[in-house]
Amino acid sequence: MATLEIHDLHVSVEAENGPREILKGVDLTVKQGETHAIMGPNGSGKSTLAYSLAGHPKYTITGGTVTLDGEDVLEMTVDERARAGLFLAMQYPVEVPGVSVSNFLRTSATAVRGEAPKLRTWVKEVRETMERLQMDSSFAERNLNEGFSGGEKKRHEILQLELLKPKIAILDETDSGLDVDALRVVSEGVNRVRESGEVGTLLITHYTRILRYIKPDFVHVFAQGRIAESGGAELADKLENEGYEAYAKGGVTA
Amino acid sequence: MAEAQNIPAGSTTAGSIAVAAESTVATRMSAPPSYDVADFPVPHGREEEWRFTPLERLRGLHDGSAVAQDGGVTVEVTAPEGVIVETVGRDDARVGKAGIPVDRVAAQAYSSFEKASVVSVPKETVVSEPIRIAVHGEGGVSYGHQIIELGAFAEAVVVIDHTGDGVLAANVDYLLGDGAKLTVVSVQDWDDKAVHVAQHNALVGRDASFKSIVVTFGGDLVRLQPRVQYAGTGGEAELFGLYFTDRGQHQEHRLFVDHNAAHCKSNAAYKGALQGTDAHAVWIGDVLIRASAEGTDTYEMNRNLVLTDGARVDSVPNLEIETGEIAGAGHASATGRFDDEQLFYLMARGIPETEARRLVVRGFFAELVQKIGLPDVEERLMASIEAELEASV
Repeated sequence: MATLEIHDLHVSVEAENGPREILKGVDLTVKQGETHAIMGPNGSGKSTLAYSLAGHPKYTITGGTVTLDGEDVLEMTVDERARAGLFLAMQYPVEVPGVSVSNFLRTSATAVRGEAPKLRTWVKEVRETMERLQMDSSFAERNLNEGFSGGEKKRHEILQLELLKPKIAILDETDSGLDVDALRVVSEGVNRVRESGEVGTLLITHYTRILRYIKPDFVHVFAQGRIAESGGAELADKLENEGYEAYAKGGVTA
Repeated sequence: MAEAQNIPAGSTTAGSIAVAAESTVATRMSAPPSYDVADFPVPHGREEEWRFTPLERLRGLHDGSAVAQDGGVTVEVTAPEGVIVETVGRDDARVGKAGIPVDRVAAQAYSSFEKASVVSVPKETVVSEPIRIAVHGEGGVSYGHQIIELGAFAEAVVVIDHTGDGVLAANVDYLLGDGAKLTVVSVQDWDDKAVHVAQHNALVGRDASFKSIVVTFGGDLVRLQPRVQYAGTGGEAELFGLYFTDRGQHQEHRLFVDHNAAHCKSNAAYKGALQGTDAHAVWIGDVLIRASAEGTDTYEMNRNLVLTDGARVDSVPNLEIETGEIAGAGHASATGRFDDEQLFYLMARGIPETEARRLVVRGFFAELVQKIGLPDVEERLMASIEAELEASV
């Protein structure tokens, strides 16, 4: 069973007056089949955790370990992490000029699966997945994220999630900027992947809204660079009612 | 491509559409066109037509100090049956007929060449195999004049290859009879130190079609001026270009389409990728629609992809319209940057770095390459693009 283990993770970024520590000792274990929601106020370090796990060059790991099935993730390049089974659905996917969605998806699937998918089954697979996400087929011919609306970008991220079938999926604020219909479609996509039981999901969100569609097994409150409190789904209800104020001053209320 | 937010530092993409009674395209040159080099003062670098060009790297082409040497450049023409290949003197009536030199180097080339090479396709002859012209630099200075002439309703494809090392200034004339169809591929695949400055003059006959594909990969400094004029109504010109500007290279393409006849079309599309410190690409797209050119349909486009820091692009489309009675006119210019965030995105989907760069560049050029319509040229271009990328990563 695939397991992502994060132990005492410390991460810094370069700021104007030297390095600034953002993650201050994160401990978290995500197993295949589990869904963990990470919630927290703006600036608490949630997205930093997501991007650090994916290997974004902006973030410097200053301490701690991250392993996937015992393999040292921090030693891997960005593409190696993806091929090892980590997937990050980004909050702000970037536009890439000159690369069509269809070309991108196939290149990515080929890299992650280790061989080029058979053309006939691949075309069908992409088409059906796009239909379920209510994406128009013309989408495949557009340039990657170029001129996509917020909702289209998020659907496209979940399309990749469904096609690449990672071991660990990190969803960074996938719900932000979506209207209710788009949120439902995107959540259904995530749930299809979860129902396979083969993915561990790390759902990073500022709002509890998405948790009505995607039921977490665990909820963690992130504050000031570490997990301030952990609990079950009921913790989300508490946050819904009380907000993050209790955590904002760094106090741990558990 | 992201039009606004992705313009890298050190690039200009200013463009303009002017509706004017008098042409500024013609008047902003510092001297009127002339066959005689003496009519052009030695440029100092601040003239509109020279302001992007590093004069000190022209090896004396601009100030008269570059003296032609025997065997500076060799020209070899391979033509299928039915095509006439000649070498003619300066007094041949076809010499200089397609256009007049517009700057000092073109006039220097015109004043200095001894023999012109003429390739002609008789009227109504359709040449099935490409005509190949191999221009090879042997290290010296050379002034050239090449003429390609198609009689009425003749059809031909010409591939001009530039290789080797040398300093070449030339005028290349394309004369298209009525209803003729000419496709010319000019490949600048020079060695690293070569300097190549040329003016291409196309005179497009009534209902004739001219397609120019300019491909610039090599050289220290390459500056080409593809120019089109129409000899009658109903002519069509397609000007396509690709360039891959590496570290230290200066590659400049200055287009001018003179819509001087009614109901003619033109379409220009140039795409360039840049990588490395001091890679400098310049694209000037001048289109003039004269008062007499009603029914004109024109579009010009330049796209640049900056792959690394330290490269510079100057892209200046300029469309000038003297008549309101046109079918269409437009231009677009954009310079985008392949940056770390894009690389991260692709790599985060399992795609290795070198593959990610290739994917972007291949995709960027593919759309244009597919318009060429010559499978062997297309394949060769994609292979050259791969080789450029190979050298960089």
